Amino acid sequence: MTSIYTSGPPPEGIWHRIRTASWPWRITWLYLTLFLFLPIAALILKAVTLDPREIWQIATDPVALSTYNVTFVTALVAGLVNGVAGLIIAWVLVRYEFPAKRLLDAAIDLPFALPTAVAGLTLSTIYSTNGWLGQFLDPFGIKVSFTRLGVLVAMIFISLPFVVRTVQPVLQDMEVEMEEAAWSMGASRWQTFWRVILPPLMPAILTGIAMGFSRAVGEYGSVVIIAGNIPFQDLIAPVLVIQRLEQFDYAGATVIGTVLLIISLLVLLVINLIQARGRHMHG
Amino acid sequence: MANSSLGQSTATTRPEPSALVPSIQWGKWLLVFFVFAYLALVLLVPALNVFVQALKGGLPGLFETLVSDHFLNAVKLTILATAISVPLNTVFGLCAAIAIAHKNFPGRSLLISIIDLPFSISPVVAGLMIMLLFGTRGWFGPLLDATGIKVVFALPAIVMATIFVTMPFIAREVLPALEENGTEQEEAAATLGASSWQTFWRVTLPSIKWSLLYGLILCNARAMGEFGAVAVVSGNIAGKTQTLPLFIEEAHIQYNTQAAYTAALLLACLAIVTLVLKYLLELNAGITNKSH
Repeated sequence: MTSIYTSGPPPEGIWHRIRTASWPWRITWLYLTLFLFLPIAALILKAVTLDPREIWQIATDPVALSTYNVTFVTALVAGLVNGVAGLIIAWVLVRYEFPAKRLLDAAIDLPFALPTAVAGLTLSTIYSTNGWLGQFLDPFGIKVSFTRLGVLVAMIFISLPFVVRTVQPVLQDMEVEMEEAAWSMGASRWQTFWRVILPPLMPAILTGIAMGFSRAVGEYGSVVIIAGNIPFQDLIAPVLVIQRLEQFDYAGATVIGTVLLIISLLVLLVINLIQARGRHMHG
Repeated sequence: MANSSLGQSTATTRPEPSALVPSIQWGKWLLVFFVFAYLALVLLVPALNVFVQALKGGLPGLFETLVSDHFLNAVKLTILATAISVPLNTVFGLCAAIAIAHKNFPGRSLLISIIDLPFSISPVVAGLMIMLLFGTRGWFGPLLDATGIKVVFALPAIVMATIFVTMPFIAREVLPALEENGTEQEEAAATLGASSWQTFWRVTLPSIKWSLLYGLILCNARAMGEFGAVAVVSGNIAGKTQTLPLFIEEAHIQYNTQAAYTAALLLACLAIVTLVLKYLLELNAGITNKSH
């Protein structure tokens, strides 16, 4: 009845849209539904069917809390280490000429190309007490493999390229004239760095740190091999998810998995906010 | 702006500030030394170690692993899972990029974020999701039990896990290339009477081939090396549902260092081939480097 009196747009219900959609559209949505939405829905719906008190109990269980500590704090430290190192690497690659520069630039992406199992294996060998590098740390009582320090080393490895690759292009576009102006007006090296160079790089650095953090939080392969996976010491949350599943404790795995998912989505939100702010700042 | 104008760091040479201010010349070499030292400790020595350890036992050591049943099965399974998931993701990535590229609709950037979502989700959580769908106590568990179809602890789940973690690679490389190309060529082809299928094969695909190849290389490397998601759903049965990364872990746990490093050598070679092809594409086809 209403259609007679309203002269609005033609009926565009969801079925109409599907019938008139192009093939690429249909395949895109079908694929996303099958391989992305359906799995995510399975996790969320499983989580909401659990008793809230049970969820709280599992999520705040002492072992679970210790895995958050190991996972998130270590990933943050790895992100920050790579924030500083990545800035220096990007600076050196953009501003200086030196031998083997191109080779070094290409090698930065190694953590993206090398399977994490290989990374974990070789890092655990090298940093073991009689390994190439671990032997020099052992006399100081520093053990890396099978400790939380090993988790950190693996996380530094896999999150290394992010800050380099976010900072590099911004540094490339930056006007050297600004620095020269600061110099010629008598600014010291530190003043030039803190007041002229660093501020415009900040959004890129923070984005890179957040991306590296996110990657390190979700990492499983390299960490599980280099760590001892002992609760309260170096057990990370993704390994706890797998342990719960192996005990057929689906509820336990779901709750910890959901905590990880929520943190990932929050970090993604933060990255988008930083980038939106960065765009805003630069017009 | 910053993200889209990403060039290779090596493409343009700027006057070095150090040339203008000679006093920071020593600072330059200090920083260069730091970069070499840091990358050596974190990347280069570990990479070198793979080759040294694998070749330590000489050729007999390598061959012993190379001909073992469990190793060969792991290689076969890894190649099979990759050979199924990468083409599927290619079809999806091309469809998504073509569907999104020249259209403006509400929620466009949200859709692009959704396609990128698998990069943010922990592979282990992705594996868990598949278990909750197809595991014995999952949504479709009873149905699969009744029909006798094996999904988890078998190839289908391994493929699904691989598809999940590598889903965005192709779309995110092809989409910017399509946006840059515009639609004039396609419109011209359509005016001349080409069908949309002909237009795709003869006009669109050739114009994005380098970006597509770049995405394929990265997608392939990740698919072959995926560990976390596959570890959850595969059951890790040696000789049956064990992929190469899982083979490495098990050999390592059993102190079979030679076997672990032989498999690692194979995957490290894959990584080097990936980096070389990636570098060549960036150099010759003007494809920009992005972090994933």
